[in-house]
Amino acid sequence: MTSMLRFPRKVRLLFGREKFRDELNEEMAFHRAEAEKEFVEGGMSVEAAHYAAQRRFGNATRLKEQSDEIVGFRVETVVQDLRFAMRQMRRSPGFTLTAILILVLGMGANLAIFAFVDAALVKPLSYRDPARLVGLFESIAAGPKYCISYLDYLDWKQLNKSFDSVDMYTGWNFMLRSPQGTELTSGAHVSSGFFHTLGIVPMLGRDFRAEEDGRDAGRAVILSYASWQKRFGGRKDILGKTVTLDGVAKTIVGVMPREFHFAPVEPVQFWDTIDPASSCSKRRICHNLFGVARLKDGVTVPAALDDVTRLARQLEKQYPDSNQGQGAAVFPMTEVIVGDVAPILKTLLVGTALLLLIAGVNVANLLLVRSESRRREIALRGALGASATRIVRQFVTEGAVLVGAGSLLGVAIASLAVRILPRLMPADMLAGMPFLSEAGLSAHVAFYAAAVALFAWMLFAVVPLVRLPLRDVRGGLTDGGRTAAGVTWRRLGSSLVVLELATAMLLLAGAGLLTRSLYQLLHVETGIRADHLAMISVAGSPSTYDTDEKSIALEKEVLHRMESLPGVRSAAIATYLPLTGNGPFSDFIVEGQPVQPGDHDEATRREITPTYFATVGARMIRGRTFTEDDGLKMHVAIVNQAMAQKFFGGEDPIGRRIRYTGGTGPTLEIVGIVRDIKEGPLNDATRPAFYIPFAQDPGPFFSVVLRSSQDDASLLPMMARVMHEMDSHIAVFSQSTMETSIQQSQPAYLHRSAAWLAGGFAGMALLLGVIGLYGVIAYSVSQRTREIGVRMALGAQRSSVSGMVLREAMKLIGIGIGAGVAGSLATAGLLRPLLFRVPPWDGATLAGVALILGIAAMAASYLPAHRAASVNPVEALRAE
Amino acid sequence: MAKKNDLLPGTLDLLILTTLKRAPLHGYGIALAIKRLSDEVLTVEEGSLYPALQRLLLQGWVKAEWKMTETNRRARFYTLTAAGRKQLGVELSEFQQMIAAIGRVLQDA
Repeated sequence: MTSMLRFPRKVRLLFGREKFRDELNEEMAFHRAEAEKEFVEGGMSVEAAHYAAQRRFGNATRLKEQSDEIVGFRVETVVQDLRFAMRQMRRSPGFTLTAILILVLGMGANLAIFAFVDAALVKPLSYRDPARLVGLFESIAAGPKYCISYLDYLDWKQLNKSFDSVDMYTGWNFMLRSPQGTELTSGAHVSSGFFHTLGIVPMLGRDFRAEEDGRDAGRAVILSYASWQKRFGGRKDILGKTVTLDGVAKTIVGVMPREFHFAPVEPVQFWDTIDPASSCSKRRICHNLFGVARLKDGVTVPAALDDVTRLARQLEKQYPDSNQGQGAAVFPMTEVIVGDVAPILKTLLVGTALLLLIAGVNVANLLLVRSESRRREIALRGALGASATRIVRQFVTEGAVLVGAGSLLGVAIASLAVRILPRLMPADMLAGMPFLSEAGLSAHVAFYAAAVALFAWMLFAVVPLVRLPLRDVRGGLTDGGRTAAGVTWRRLGSSLVVLELATAMLLLAGAGLLTRSLYQLLHVETGIRADHLAMISVAGSPSTYDTDEKSIALEKEVLHRMESLPGVRSAAIATYLPLTGNGPFSDFIVEGQPVQPGDHDEATRREITPTYFATVGARMIRGRTFTEDDGLKMHVAIVNQAMAQKFFGGEDPIGRRIRYTGGTGPTLEIVGIVRDIKEGPLNDATRPAFYIPFAQDPGPFFSVVLRSSQDDASLLPMMARVMHEMDSHIAVFSQSTMETSIQQSQPAYLHRSAAWLAGGFAGMALLLGVIGLYGVIAYSVSQRTREIGVRMALGAQRSSVSGMVLREAMKLIGIGIGAGVAGSLATAGLLRPLLFRVPPWDGATLAGVALILGIAAMAASYLPAHRAASVNPVEALRAE
Repeated sequence: MAKKNDLLPGTLDLLILTTLKRAPLHGYGIALAIKRLSDEVLTVEEGSLYPALQRLLLQGWVKAEWKMTETNRRARFYTLTAAGRKQLGVELSEFQQMIAAIGRVLQDA
């Protein structure tokens, strides 16, 4: 109780030290003066009185020190402890460096990932009142979280009871006409209230106006800060100027703030409004928009879901032809934005936390070994009068120095990693995850780092004390090698090592699963031969190529020129290349099958030239490929296996006819079945798709794919040049080889990053775990030297001695691996969202990593076992 | 320093608190008061007095203020606090118990 009162007073004195001393001096001077006066009054001479008073007072300095000691925190002794700690560490640089390095690794990795987690999952989105923002989707046959059609959006906007506002957005690539030619730039169409719903106003100019959703749609454009800087030099007089996008002159009305971003459609250079007159906007079955809405005050996400589901039911009854079977989905905006990376980040956070745990345990283990060798020192200090508190404080100080150095460096490494890691990502992918580049040493990270450091500090201060002879001074001074305490320590050390090995096993299993999953992903059946394929996408201006004939002429000319490039074995054109996405879809009905209202089968549609399948290496199952006459004389289609299976069941689709819904357009006769080609992302299921001749629905937007007999990458610049020579106003983009495009596709990239990071952490964990095991076994052997000497003197064979040590190690390894396997089976569910075609309890992976860990651990125990076997019994016994 | 006037351990605090019971005093005043009240038998060494005063301050049993003396010099005056008064009671009864105990031992001798 009094100590609680005393503490604040002491703290005050610590800061008012000068004042304290001055007051004490004055008080003492006063005392001496009064005493002097008394002596003089008693008849002493002034001088004699002065000396008498001084004498009686005694040593003033000593006196002051005594007062200081009572009130002070003994800053001096803290400094002493600190200096001694430093000296201790300098004396064993190997220990110090190892311990700090391990801490830095553990903390650095963990803090860096935590900073990303904080930026992505903890920090609120940088919009006004972001908790009330939700993403809206329609759930249709193609997917439960799908785009909304424009007309449905209008109904939702009008009829809902849950939202202050509902707006739409969709990513769009604009063709930008500039003096240098035409280039493809990224952008987005939004409804006019989009920025208002987010609660962001342009930094320059104005927001979209309501009439720009209707009459004036698509006339105004708002620039992103980056494109304002890059294309227009950041000039303020840019407002009112025009920019030609997709052949239409649009007026620049505003510039968004620098820090504004909207991850789902980034990178965006130009924002304009959705065209209500486009062919897609007029059809309820054309789903091309994503919704963002602001919840009314007090409305929850489930309540809003109920509301829009009710609307979906209503629309279903009202428009059975288009809306049959459609539902709705509502998610918090945070989930829409970080949904893809959230499971990866969480897994990595758990992984690095485990790594940090291993690091901490390892350092604790090192401290244990060291405290063992310091028993005598501590006992000596105790014998010379150091109090137990003072000795404990010494270890607290040493722990603080260790953790302090480790955390500072760890934070430095983490902040470096946080800055470097995002730069390793492809720019477009990073633009879609802007929160990653916003990660940094926020208050959350600092707080987390402090908490970790504090915990480590307590651990490292307490651990050595477990083993120290704080009371038993005599026992400590005599050789403690044979005391029971040695056994206690060995047990504690062994448990720590088992914990380390189990954790390492857990991390290795995770990394192994992720690696296998990456392998599975990259070896997924794509239906094509991905090697030696060079691809380029082109977009001609619709005003130049305004008839089918002109587009077909363009296609023929492009193919002709491309075929004559060096090394090209075959060339083909398709509207969209494999692995670029499942859209666009077409709705159709199979002739001869009963039609119910609302029946509209959906499949991916691709326009291709006759050589396309041969060029990409797809195989025909049955029927024929297209000829040059197809599409002109007769309308035909080739379906993939998935489509044949889904829409024709067991029947043979060849010879059957399909018709686009809506009644317009020709019927298509199916002439062939092609083996499934992966049109969407690698990790998506293959969907029904059909292919029609390019000439049947030509246009100036398409991709060219070349199969080459030499280096495919070297063809890319030549392909671009060919296009520019033909027409400088044709925009050229997405130049890539098929292999690069597969490797850099988002699922492959995410899988690879996760596998690499997890593998790195697991590697460190393996190293640390094995080092820990080595330490324990080596220590145990050094403690048992005498025992081993006795055994050998009594006739034990060297092999049986090393066998004894190895058996001890194997017991630890076995328990560790067993616990690790149990742990990874128990936590398998966590990894499930990240795994592709690998069960989270994949036996082969578990067995494989267990084997790796086992071998590494046995190798680490072999050294001490060998040393034990080479103990010289004579020397071991003489060492008594 | 002569050994004869060494105080029993723990009694210095008691003496200081007692002298402060009547009126606030400065350090020299405390020493003087103890000397006078004990008929010059007990001399408080300055070497013990000031550390003891700091200790009492820390415990919150006395509080200190700078005031002017009759001779117009600045001096630090110590005053007994409520907690100090309570502590004085405790120490006094402990001391009396001890004295009584010692007395009983000496009587038997």
